[in-house]
Amino acid sequence: VSAVLSWAPQLMAGLLLTLEMTVVAIGLSSAVGFCGGLGLLYGPLPLRAVLRVCVDCVRGLPVLVLIFAVYYLPGVAAMSIDAPTAATIALGIFGGAHLSEVVRGGIGSLPRLQLEAAKAIGLTSGQRLQLIVLPLAIPRMVPPWVNTGVEVLKGTSLASLIGAADLLYIAQSGVGTTFDPLPFYMCAAAIYFSFCFALSRFGTALEDRYRYREY
Amino acid sequence: VTYVFNWPIVFTYLPAFIGGLGIGLGIALAALVLGSIIGLALASVATDWPALFMRPVRIYVEVIRNVPLLLWAYFAFYGLPRLGVRSLDNYSSFVAALSLYAGAYLTEVFRSGLASIPARYREAAKSLGLTASQRLLIVTLPLMFRIVLPSLSNTFISLFKDTSIAAALAVPEVTFTAQRVNIDTFRIIEAWSIASVIYLGVGYFLANLLRLLERRTRMVR
Repeated sequence: VSAVLSWAPQLMAGLLLTLEMTVVAIGLSSAVGFCGGLGLLYGPLPLRAVLRVCVDCVRGLPVLVLIFAVYYLPGVAAMSIDAPTAATIALGIFGGAHLSEVVRGGIGSLPRLQLEAAKAIGLTSGQRLQLIVLPLAIPRMVPPWVNTGVEVLKGTSLASLIGAADLLYIAQSGVGTTFDPLPFYMCAAAIYFSFCFALSRFGTALEDRYRYREY
Repeated sequence: VTYVFNWPIVFTYLPAFIGGLGIGLGIALAALVLGSIIGLALASVATDWPALFMRPVRIYVEVIRNVPLLLWAYFAFYGLPRLGVRSLDNYSSFVAALSLYAGAYLTEVFRSGLASIPARYREAAKSLGLTASQRLLIVTLPLMFRIVLPSLSNTFISLFKDTSIAAALAVPEVTFTAQRVNIDTFRIIEAWSIASVIYLGVGYFLANLLRLLERRTRMVR
């Protein structure tokens, strides 16, 4: 236990990198997912087809393969990318594909009546999206959005496999140095658990809050 | 700088990729079976036992689900020997970690499956005079399996994808093989596209196979 305490500064730095990757990757996923979802719904047919293939491919691949691919691929042009950036981009792509489906599903499952009414009172498509579609659809998207966030947070642990000094990487080097695995793993597990659990609890709370706002 | 494709040299690794695919499927299947046993046991505890027993089940499910699988894999491989479990190699410790993971997800799946069996089926079984274990074996479980089959097949596909993490313990499955090819030959695009094709192909094949199975066992309600 005292070994873990003496590693506290490093573990803290690792946790910061984990959280940094998580936050940036969730932001990236949200942007990709929003554009991707709208593209899947309203894009012209060729764009829709391309997006569908991309989304299905990304969702069909393990996150680890995405991370390795993004990390090694710049080598094709004799360039390199640092591990945290590669992992963040890969997780952004992964989360973006999942959120595209969430956005598509959230908007696509709205009752037609609402959309027809909005059309009937003469709103333009931009106004319809902004005033009617998004306010109705966003509450439905929040719970799966938070779940994707938890998956992204857990996914950042895979960045340690390409050498990013995140929480798990530091814990693993602590194990390698002190030959005392249990305290380090328990500490890392407790930290991951508290962040993921808080995030998923937040998701459940939002879900409860919006449950009765279905029209 | 121009990248030169060299498929022939990458194709010499095809046996390794195929072997890796077999390992991945084997691990996923083992974890599905062990995870189903855990999930079934815990789901019936959560459904039929007094509320007092709900709490440990919930704690297990939440703790497993909210910690990355890679950490569980490390824990099983490097941590368990410290607790006196010395008989696990890298394969079996990853199977152990993945089974615990699958068990947590499947507990939820089976619990909601059990909850969605209409009470009248159980009442009918009771009024026929079946014993508790007969009710479970010939009424509740067969009904529940049909209800949860779609979630079960999704779980199997995502377990197969999760086997990629076994690469961290040097289990020579598909991702580990791709990484080895990448490092040995520097044929980056070839290595990762073969791995991607394998994962996507298997996922697609399994999804269709399992959908067929679902259609054949669907319950008429």
